[in-house]
Amino acid sequence: MATTEPTITNKPTSDQALLLRKPRSLWSDARRRLLSSTVGLMGMTICAFLFAIAIITPIVQPLDQTLNRDTANKLQPPSWLMSQEERADAAKKSIDKARKDTPWGLFERPFGTDQLGRDIFIRVLHGAPISLTVGTFAVVLAVIFGSLLGLVSGFFGGIIDTITTWLMDILLAFPSILLAIALTAISNNRESFSYKFSQQITNLPILQTIFDPPLFNAMLAVAVIEVPIFGRIARAAVLSVRNQEYIHAAEAVGVSRIRMLMRHILPNSLTPILVQMTLSVASSITSVAALGFLGLGAQPPRPEWGSMLSTAREYVGTGQWWYALFPGIAIMLTVLGFNLLGDGLRDALDPRLKH
Amino acid sequence: MLGYIFRRLLGIIPVLLGISLLVFTLLRTIPGDPAIIILGERSTPEQRAALRTKLKLDRPLYLNFEGGNVLESQYVTYITNFATGDFGDSIKTRQAISKELKERFPATIELALSALLIAVVVGVTTGVVSATKRGSLLDAGSMIVALLGVSIPIFWLGLMMQYLFSVKLKWLDPSLRLDTSLHGTFKPITGLYLLDGLLLGRFDITANAFKHLIMPSLALATVPLASIARMTRSAMLEVLYQDYIRTARAKGLSARITILRHGLRNALIPVITVIGLQLGFLLGGAVLTETVFSWPGIGRWLLDGILARDYPVVQSGVMFVSLVFVLINTLVDISYRFFDPRIQFK
Repeated sequence: MATTEPTITNKPTSDQALLLRKPRSLWSDARRRLLSSTVGLMGMTICAFLFAIAIITPIVQPLDQTLNRDTANKLQPPSWLMSQEERADAAKKSIDKARKDTPWGLFERPFGTDQLGRDIFIRVLHGAPISLTVGTFAVVLAVIFGSLLGLVSGFFGGIIDTITTWLMDILLAFPSILLAIALTAISNNRESFSYKFSQQITNLPILQTIFDPPLFNAMLAVAVIEVPIFGRIARAAVLSVRNQEYIHAAEAVGVSRIRMLMRHILPNSLTPILVQMTLSVASSITSVAALGFLGLGAQPPRPEWGSMLSTAREYVGTGQWWYALFPGIAIMLTVLGFNLLGDGLRDALDPRLKH
Repeated sequence: MLGYIFRRLLGIIPVLLGISLLVFTLLRTIPGDPAIIILGERSTPEQRAALRTKLKLDRPLYLNFEGGNVLESQYVTYITNFATGDFGDSIKTRQAISKELKERFPATIELALSALLIAVVVGVTTGVVSATKRGSLLDAGSMIVALLGVSIPIFWLGLMMQYLFSVKLKWLDPSLRLDTSLHGTFKPITGLYLLDGLLLGRFDITANAFKHLIMPSLALATVPLASIARMTRSAMLEVLYQDYIRTARAKGLSARITILRHGLRNALIPVITVIGLQLGFLLGGAVLTETVFSWPGIGRWLLDGILARDYPVVQSGVMFVSLVFVLINTLVDISYRFFDPRIQFK
């Protein structure tokens, strides 16, 4: 194919290609990298799946503690492990008289039943909105307070910096789960301000289905132990961008300090905070579940995964493994999803860190 | 170098002071009167007042501004006593805390050290193998397992292990450090029963202790193991593409020596940081493992102390754990120099 102007090739040179390419922002670049990484995609899929469950479950089947109790069928194993006769038998003795003659289907109680004859599958599904909300809320609180502290201390330096760093060092040197336990124990006194405050909050229409006061306080405690993590990251990020030329330029044209902090330093410190947020949702969910497991968080009958495990613990020794198995898998899957997403985000937002 | 170490150790003091203030204040905020907890609801106000005087709980909290010695306060007594090694008595059991600490600390140390050993040996090996066989099925497989490992809630893993190995297979014992029949049949030397059995020539004790130890230490090791494996892999990958590795291979060194002596040694710094951080996790995270396996260690003791408002136990116990934790972190920082002579200290 001869061209009319043989000196110019049809294909642009690589330099020209760069100029011709549609300009891409940092964010669109990051999105592209995230969508093309297996880890990030897996994380996003798991998280999206969990959020879908968390939204759909309460709409399709609102949780009613008094219903769904089949006291004649306590601690039944997963129905797909029962023989046909056992499933027919379970239906026969079921409280639900209408179902007497139709035997249980293979997936009638896919995760088995608990000590009150409740369907564990339904309860695990109802745990999703609780854990996701608790994890997200805790992290949002920790990010707001932590990064404010870190930004201020990194930006202003001096005595403010010394004191905040000291406070964060203390919080970090304190075994975090013990701090969370102590804080939850303090705030769960019925006379205390924090308990009354959380009662107010947990009486609000939608929050009521998620929180009870002890769970709310457990979430606050977990937020406190996450604060210094964000404080450190924000401080380090500020220190690393502080002496960049564009900050000096902004200073030279007389930008105010607050505006500088909010418009120039914060956005440029955002990447590590964003990554840590995702990872912290994962660790917050585990911590709240751990508090629930120790009996300090959500109280039964609220289907929080940790407190379900706390009850299920009594039945492990007598061989009812399914009661503990499924809530635990739910926690693990959720934590895994956020960890994968965090890893994917890190690779996408900061390619220099890519392993 | 010595000056640096000294300054780092000196820097621990304000952190510890801060922790002591935090613990002290938190405990005083936890509702519940220890006098009522000890004497019961039916005790008379006089009895309670007498006990408070005896436990010095009637003194002002931080500083005494009510006349007399300014330093005669609960807080000052607490830190001066702690600094002189007088930890006081438990309100609940009335035992000397130093004695309880002496019984329980070795239990936690035994658990934490064996978990750390498992985590470091298996974690570093997995990381090195994964990095050298990058992209292989083995690499992908072990990294997926490692990701699951960081995501697993250890208390749940503990429950599941108990079910599988004690209830179902009946191989291992689900709780405590020894069979109850062996309690009191020997005098512990180190308090680490595995070691004590060997030292005393009582191999039945070592074997029994091992059967009790293996499950909790595996459960506790999971998270650190997974983080160490992931960190070793990424640090090794970074190192393996350096020029000096190519030089080492080019001058005819075997793959094994190149990877271990030239690769791993240089990849160790970030790995050591992770190990140091995980040690803190092991000490603190032991609360959950010790609860699941009824392990008579410090974590469970502190948890019970917090729930029972046993002020002296929590005050001294938390200070002690934090002291160990801060010391370890400082030692880890200092040890960088040993592993990487390029690091200079200001």
